Amino acid sequence: MFDGFDAVVLARAQFAFTMSFHIVFPAFSIGLASYLAVLEALWLWSGREVFINLFNYWLKIFAIAFGMGVVSGVVMSYQFGTNWAAFSDKTGPVIGPLMAYEVLTAFFLEAGFLGVMLFGLKRVGPKLHFLATLMVAIGTLVSAFWILSANSWMQTPTGHTVNAAGQFITADWWKVIFNPSFPYRLVHMVLAAYLTTALVVGAVGAFHLLRDSKREGPRVMFSMAMWMAAIVAPIQIFAGDQHGLNTLEHQPVKVMAMEGHYQSHPDGAPLILFGLPDQTDATVKYAIQIPKLSSLILKHSLDAPLAGLDTVPRQDWPPVPITFWSFRIMVGLGFLMMGLGLFSLWLRWRGRLYDSRPLHYFAMAMGPAGFIAVLAGWITTETGRQPFTVYGLLRTADSVSPLAAPAVASSLIAFVIVYFLLFSAGIVYILRLMAEPPHHGEEGPRGDAPTRAAGITPASGTTAARGQGAA
Amino acid sequence: MTGLIDIPMIWAFIIAFAVFVYVVMDGFDLGLGMLFPLFPHKRDRDVMMNSVAPVWDGNETWLVLGGGGLFAAFPLAYAVLMPALYTPMIAMLIGLVFRGVAFEFRWRSQRERNRWDVAFAGGSLLAALAQGIALGAILQGVHVEGRAYAGGWWDWLTPFSVLTGIALVIGYALLGATWLVMKTTGDLREKAYHLSWWLLFAMLAAIGTVSLATPFLDVEYARRWFTWPNILFTAPVPIAVAAVTALLLRSLALRQDYRPFFLALALFALSYAGLGISMYPYIVPRSITIWQGAAPHNSQVFMLVGVAVLVPIILAYTAWAYWVFRGKVDPESGYH
Ligand code: HDD
Ligand code: HEM
Ligand code: HEM
Repeated sequence: MFDGFDAVVLARAQFAFTMSFHIVFPAFSIGLASYLAVLEALWLWSGREVFINLFNYWLKIFAIAFGMGVVSGVVMSYQFGTNWAAFSDKTGPVIGPLMAYEVLTAFFLEAGFLGVMLFGLKRVGPKLHFLATLMVAIGTLVSAFWILSANSWMQTPTGHTVNAAGQFITADWWKVIFNPSFPYRLVHMVLAAYLTTALVVGAVGAFHLLRDSKREGPRVMFSMAMWMAAIVAPIQIFAGDQHGLNTLEHQPVKVMAMEGHYQSHPDGAPLILFGLPDQTDATVKYAIQIPKLSSLILKHSLDAPLAGLDTVPRQDWPPVPITFWSFRIMVGLGFLMMGLGLFSLWLRWRGRLYDSRPLHYFAMAMGPAGFIAVLAGWITTETGRQPFTVYGLLRTADSVSPLAAPAVASSLIAFVIVYFLLFSAGIVYILRLMAEPPHHGEEGPRGDAPTRAAGITPASGTTAARGQGAA
Repeated sequence: MTGLIDIPMIWAFIIAFAVFVYVVMDGFDLGLGMLFPLFPHKRDRDVMMNSVAPVWDGNETWLVLGGGGLFAAFPLAYAVLMPALYTPMIAMLIGLVFRGVAFEFRWRSQRERNRWDVAFAGGSLLAALAQGIALGAILQGVHVEGRAYAGGWWDWLTPFSVLTGIALVIGYALLGATWLVMKTTGDLREKAYHLSWWLLFAMLAAIGTVSLATPFLDVEYARRWFTWPNILFTAPVPIAVAAVTALLLRSLALRQDYRPFFLALALFALSYAGLGISMYPYIVPRSITIWQGAAPHNSQVFMLVGVAVLVPIILAYTAWAYWVFRGKVDPESGYH
């Protein structure tokens, strides 16, 4: 049944599928964890009830999103071995430790304090509870640090040598961790997570303001979200530009694919806005282009020469159409986000932030934009480095496990069914929570759960357990 | 392998430790999930789930450390074992996905609650069975050529691996039942006491059968356990099992709520030590030793520093989280 596909294509499809599902949840939970920490801090500092209501409102949503992030993440960590065994054997000594540090410094921190954050406010009191929230937020950022370092090393490998068995081994940990593309990728991704969250919060706020512009909860969250969009979107565009210059330096072939430059341009390359890249003919059909602009952006000079894919052997070409289009989707959405931010600033200045229907519709339409941009960005990054898993050094085709195609095909089908079934249910639950406005006396994630200490004194609790355990 | 300290050996212990902590911590979560069908009342199920809700994520993280640690410290072993165990691993992951989402989803919809209860129980059972089968498949050895797995994708399935699968399911169920004895009150606790008796006998039968079957897998295992002077070291294991069993029976009879759980953990620890005796010095039995599978020295040392500093801190805040949610779960607060 799967004769047409080889195990490599299936394994790639499986990785792309499970990864794309996973990243949606971290992108949201990284931003939301920080937002929750800010809300709780504002509550502790000002004592205003609206902040704790908003905190509990978003905490319920966070619990669901985080749970889905955790289970899809556990799948990722084992998939390296099951589907990419040759890759694991060769790169384990370099990126394995980075991921081990991620587990030790981030995952345990998130998981250890999550229970207290979700259910423990009444048990430990506000101050310790705030500490737990802060630890979860820090954990998500530390997690991004390590995993992006591992990914960036695969994009721009440095600080390593190769041993007799063909394994990469580390010569300099500092160079491995802080490899050339890592700072750019980390900044770009964390900003992406913050933007994604801000757009979701803004959309929910707008939705409730459209029904009743006097409600305090929606007003506060909408205003906070619009500040974020207005400030972070321009920074993100700047960061993305810097990231692109870094990529031009270290992965020029990827930039050729993003720009659709099949041909070299010795005296100034055009910026192709739209068109249909054709991989077999090596041309971009129906291209709408602005002469020399690409050279201006990438080289800061109108006539600077830019090499094209014709300088690269064909077997080293990434799939240009995917890279080209996903890049445009991301950039386009980035500018729309900035547009939203500017629009909100103008209406804020006019005093109409809470009752401008066009703004609210715009904000609602932009609710999912962050997720789409994140996915588009990752697809640009990952397909643009094909056909390599470790850029220039290890080919994707040499990375896979020795598995028969039917084995990979059946697990792929299983993941597709299970993920669609479960995660669509989760998304429906999240949307249902969002459909209700935050209200006075908002309950935490498990309103009906035993969050109260229920009259148990320490003496009859764990002390007894300890004594018995030691016996 | 250089110097006085045998770093690969230390790493083998660290991985073994992570897996053990995982087995005992997620073991009771999964066991409790598998017992769900025996407790049909919503009220009981709420209490059961609430007794692990604040800690399950931390428990599962030890699995990520076990897998991630293997990837980092023994990449060759990870690269060989994961394809060899392909199907059980995928099944386990899918089981854990079902089980994990149920924790949140169950509370979000009255109407669909039953569906998520089935996901919780079914996911727990699938994950436990797959882990037990994987264990059996590792013990029986995998076919390696060069630096890669060279067997088929059904090699893992044998009567022995099915036996270990069932054994682990029973063991987890016992942990789950004794956990409930410790954390609950009233009828729920009574029922858990009752179940613990039966599960203990089933567990002893399982330990016995697996112990008898293992030496038949390979003469090396038999030699390890039954020849002089090895027997001096191996004999205490069965003796200790008998002693712990006696204590466990007594604590169940005397209804000492807290003791059975910890004694059941001791039973797990002993079985685990027995496993270690059988496996040593291999990381992939009979084909890759601990030293052959080890990552280069500097990778292992780099991580060892982190483990030495961070694991004690992790254990400390994990203990704090358990402390915060200590004591019996109050069923009454489950209602408005
Ligand atoms: C930029 C962020 C980012 C990226 C690129 C990835 N992750 Fe992730 N991951 C997170 C950010 C994150 C997070 C924010 O830390 C999560 C999301 C929800 C959560 O619980 O933690 C998480 C959870 C999470 C978990 C569960 C942790 C737990 O048990 O608590 C695992 C095992 C992984 N991830 C593994 C991976 C692997 C193997 C990846 C790459 C192939 C990966 N993640 C990409
Ligand atoms: C977080 C968002 C990520 C997304 C959405 C993503 C997406 C993708 C996609 C779409 C591919 C397939 C490219 C192709 O085959 O054409 C791919 C490949 C790959 N990615 Fe990622 N990736 C992400 C992060 C990571 C990270 C963090 C790592 C490692 C630490 C990683 C490791 C790999 C590997 C090993 C491949 C090669 C397999 C393949 O070509 O399919 N990815 N990824
Ligand atoms: C409009 C301006 C933007 C520009 C010029 C830009 C530029 C880039 C470039 C060049 C890459 C690929 C880097 C590489 O692989 O070497 C990238 C990746 C990415 N972008 Fe953007 N970007 C922009 C907006 C956005 C927005 C608005 C988001 C999300 C909210 C986003 C999210 C991502 C993500 C998640 C990646 C993959 C991870 C990474 O490599 O950093 N980008 N971006």
